Amino acid sequence: MAGPVERALRERRDAGGKALVVYVTGGLGDDWTDTVRAVADAGADVVEIGVPFSDPVMDGPTIQAASDRALESGATPWSILDQVRDLDAGAPLAVMTYYNIAFRAGLKRFAASLADAGVSGCILPDLPLEETGPWVDAADDAGIETILLAAPTGSEERLVRICARSRGFVYGVGLLGVTGVRSELATSASVIALRLKQVTDLPVLVGVGVGTPEQAAEAASAGDGVVVGSAVVQRMLDGAGPAGVGDLVAGFRAALDAV
Amino acid sequence: MGLNDPTPEGRFGEFGGRYVPETLVPACEELEAAFRGAWADPGFRSRLDGLLADYAGRPSPMTECENLSAELGCRLLLKREDLNHTGSHKINNVLGQALLAQRMGKTRLVAETGAGQHGVATATAAALLDMECCVYMGEVDIRRQELNVFRMQLLGAEVKTAMSGSRTLKDAINEAMRDWVASVEESHYCLGSVMGPHPYPWMVRTFQEVLGREAREQSEAILGTVPDVVTACVGGGSNAIGIFSGFVDADTELVGVEPSGGAAIGRGVPGVVHGSQSYLMQDEFGHVLEAESISAGLDYPGVGPEHSHLADIGRARYENVTDAEVVEAFQLLSRSEGIIPALEPAHALAWVSRDRASLVGRSVVLNLSGRGDKDVAQMMDILGGAGT
Ligand SMILES: Cc1ncc(COP(=O)(O)O)c(C=O)c1O
Repeated sequence: MAGPVERALRERRDAGGKALVVYVTGGLGDDWTDTVRAVADAGADVVEIGVPFSDPVMDGPTIQAASDRALESGATPWSILDQVRDLDAGAPLAVMTYYNIAFRAGLKRFAASLADAGVSGCILPDLPLEETGPWVDAADDAGIETILLAAPTGSEERLVRICARSRGFVYGVGLLGVTGVRSELATSASVIALRLKQVTDLPVLVGVGVGTPEQAAEAASAGDGVVVGSAVVQRMLDGAGPAGVGDLVAGFRAALDAV
Repeated sequence: MGLNDPTPEGRFGEFGGRYVPETLVPACEELEAAFRGAWADPGFRSRLDGLLADYAGRPSPMTECENLSAELGCRLLLKREDLNHTGSHKINNVLGQALLAQRMGKTRLVAETGAGQHGVATATAAALLDMECCVYMGEVDIRRQELNVFRMQLLGAEVKTAMSGSRTLKDAINEAMRDWVASVEESHYCLGSVMGPHPYPWMVRTFQEVLGREAREQSEAILGTVPDVVTACVGGGSNAIGIFSGFVDADTELVGVEPSGGAAIGRGVPGVVHGSQSYLMQDEFGHVLEAESISAGLDYPGVGPEHSHLADIGRARYENVTDAEVVEAFQLLSRSEGIIPALEPAHALAWVSRDRASLVGRSVVLNLSGRGDKDVAQMMDILGGAGT
């Protein structure tokens, strides 16, 4: 049975729309939970909450800086999940963090904590398919949808196996590189979306390197939608506040609605 | 019989594995296949052996320390990796990986470095094989090992500063991995120790096993039997695993020495970072702690997975020493034997010196993994300049 993340994304697709998933760094500023609500109000179908880790190898400078700032202000996985529990965002939530955070907590305990906080999905970018076993057992038991990444370097056969094990959606990595805004959308973004669409019925979203509404529209045309991270987090770092971030997200929503 | 191979998943017991972003999984698989093919190919092996002999200067000698043995009460032998071209054991691994990268059609080497020795070795191999080279180094290490920075530049490498986190080796690895994620099609990540995702811990060990083979033969020739103890410093653990590999099947005690400020096995708990599961210094939430050591090459909160396994099964034991003990040992070897060691192997000597009572009458082979030229400026600061 599909979980809340997958249901929300299918609903958007079935209605003929393109899905928008937005990443917000948990614990960044006092008003980050208001930002999550503003992002959902502005039209994000799912909100990803980054739980900062000391060594985020899949992240570029923007999300690194945001993670450092959140950690310096005392954010911990548990403080973030406590705040999420009371959030009532109005959209399904997924946590994005690195494997050692879950491993250190204990996989069962971490999965149960996510469920307890009302989180529906989880993305662990340094946990590739072959290593997912112990985690997905714990996550499945707790009813958490584990969203897997699929990269341009993967063979056809590998993409098939990733899609078969992914829950919620499959996260197509739009380019060779780490998170961050680029001046142009890589051609690999549409390529990975098309390749994934050929092998799965799961919603296919493209993220990494999708930084402007125009790039979002372009990346979404081949797949079912996009994940936007660094552009939003940069706006948070710049001090735009919940309303300012909401405006940015509304711009992405409008561009996707025009596809 | 040497060390066991890892499982097909790259596990040594529960440790190891391949925890990398999805983008890199195919590259790790390709590397593993290429390494298996190359290692089974006599042409590759003889090319590597030729470079190790005629370019790097292998075999490195084994020196019996008459003066220090008398002082310490044990019979101390040094495996002289300090005499290799580029000044440390790092060249053994780098020549293997660079030849492999070339065989795979890669045109660029990416590396991290702490003390700069691995960076220098990688820049050297890149110059020799006409490849592009980019080395990441933490800002703190760039300051304390500036001679090696300039060496790398002389050799034609680009040195990039890692400004995040503790600005030491751990952060240089993060940056090198981010580079590799973006450049995987043309670049080979030339990792400098027995860590990272499978196949690195196993592959780097295999390239360093030459050290153990030579040391076994040399020590038996000198002692008439195997040594009682083999000891080496442990950062990621490549020089230690290399020399241990020659003695695991013997009745020899294996002792790895970590800095007390970077004692992953001594003070860590199992965790996952930089591609593998291993002992790791981390806080209660799983954030990696910043190591703190006088030696840039050992200033790392993790350790190679096979060492975690050897510790768990009790085949090797791991001690740790303080910076002050290391400074003493650095001077001790310089004065008593006329050999200025790198700060990293001075850790192993610091342990021998501290625990001399337990070593009386026993034979000890110590892997002198590198020479001290790179550390002389730092030691001059610590010891208060050039005295008269
Ligand atoms: C001379 C020397 N020894 C040891 C090390 C530590 O590495 P490993 O533990 O992999 O041998 C270094 C690293 O820079 C080094 O330069």
